[in-house]
Amino acid sequence: MFRKVILLIVLAVIWEGYARWLANPLLLPTFSETLRALASSIASGQLPRAVTFTLGLLLKGYVAGLVLAGILTAFASSTRTGADLLEILTSMFNPLPSIALLPIALIWFGLGDNSIIFVLIHAVLWSAALNTYAGFRGVSPTLKMVGQNYGLSTPSYITRILVPAAFPSILTGMKVGWAFAWRTLIAAELVFGVSSGSGGLGWYIFENKNQLLIANVFGGLLTVIVLGLIVENLIFKTIENATVRRWGMQN
Amino acid sequence: MHKLAVDDVTLQYTNGKHTFTAVEHVTFQAVASDRYVILGPSGCGKSTLLRAIGGYIQPSKGAIRLDEKPVRAPGPDRVFVFQELDQLLPWKTVRENIVFALTASGRFPRPEALARADKFIEKVNLAKFSANYPHTLSGGMKQRVAIARAMAMEPEILLMDEPFAALDALTRSKMQEELLQLCSESKFTVVFVTHSIPEALRIGTRILLLSAQPGRVKAELENSGLDAARVHEILFDGNMQEGAAHV
Repeated sequence: MFRKVILLIVLAVIWEGYARWLANPLLLPTFSETLRALASSIASGQLPRAVTFTLGLLLKGYVAGLVLAGILTAFASSTRTGADLLEILTSMFNPLPSIALLPIALIWFGLGDNSIIFVLIHAVLWSAALNTYAGFRGVSPTLKMVGQNYGLSTPSYITRILVPAAFPSILTGMKVGWAFAWRTLIAAELVFGVSSGSGGLGWYIFENKNQLLIANVFGGLLTVIVLGLIVENLIFKTIENATVRRWGMQN
Repeated sequence: MHKLAVDDVTLQYTNGKHTFTAVEHVTFQAVASDRYVILGPSGCGKSTLLRAIGGYIQPSKGAIRLDEKPVRAPGPDRVFVFQELDQLLPWKTVRENIVFALTASGRFPRPEALARADKFIEKVNLAKFSANYPHTLSGGMKQRVAIARAMAMEPEILLMDEPFAALDALTRSKMQEELLQLCSESKFTVVFVTHSIPEALRIGTRILLLSAQPGRVKAELENSGLDAARVHEILFDGNMQEGAAHV
């Protein structure tokens, strides 16, 4: 931890030094300049608004994607046709970068949140469904028999035995889905982010670049990095420590 | 009255086009507080037979009755202890594993389940590990929890599928002793599957010998004054006739 902090400081110093030597704020603003721009954007409320907008959109797409993944997995787990369908759909759509669907989404749903949510669902759905399905299939036969031994009803057998037993894979699916969704969202917002008067983080970066406020652009990029780190290393780590790590189930 | 009646049971399963017969025309009865051991070489279908008693497999011929009621599906009146060490729910502590079994099966309400769990954890000497998650326990401890969990459910019959097979010899011997101790404290009816003759002789009050592929009854023995050499002889020498081997 300590070593990493030192490395981060060294990197910041190199950035600062190189930017000063370059002395061209249009190409590369200095680190201190970027921090100042970041602070003033936060103070003006411009950046917090963009962040709130982006996270709200992300949450909608993410949750919708997870719900759909759940439905698809349930279908795949209960019928052979469903399993085949899941296999075909995931092998077709998983390699397709979500951002490639944006043009068609714009035609179908118009300029606005709905197009981005559509693309986000695509980003989350396949990896979440694939991992969840693999998790259910991988539940140990012994555990299944133990669950049946208690005479549980089907819904409580699923929620109290199968879901926790498959949870490590489900969590992996959620993490991968999140990573895809986050990158896709920023990219989609860069292409077009303004809708009904409020823009997201990607739009913030794009707009500031148009106005040649390069320090703000770097501030926006830093914000993207920091938010990504928070979710991946704080939120998912916490969930992981409280569940699969505690239960000795991480593979 | 018989606790468990297995009547002319044939068990088959299909693998693609082929039908395999695991056991054929098996008949036996166990009375209450019997420790009934099913002994046979690997592949004799003894585990399959136990699963059929558990209700996981339906016999293709014959019938299995517990207290005169036919067995149709798995249920908490017949609790299984498996050989595998992963039979505890890894996301629950030792205590919660037992409490969950008691409450989810509807055998006991939660307050009573908590008290029972503690009592049985005490019985298998794991009081210190009550709040531990299964992955922190040794193999022998896990099997002890599984046995405590099964006994706490107060089933009509306990079905044990080589529960000590995955343990080292020393732990195994100790666990056999503990099981006998627990059985003598409360009169459980147990059906115990094993491929080990010494284990069968140590645990069983009665022993059913099965031949291999498909499993047929070789003999049913009352365990008094039996020795391993004699059992071995009956098991691997085909001369004995069915039912003619009551000692």
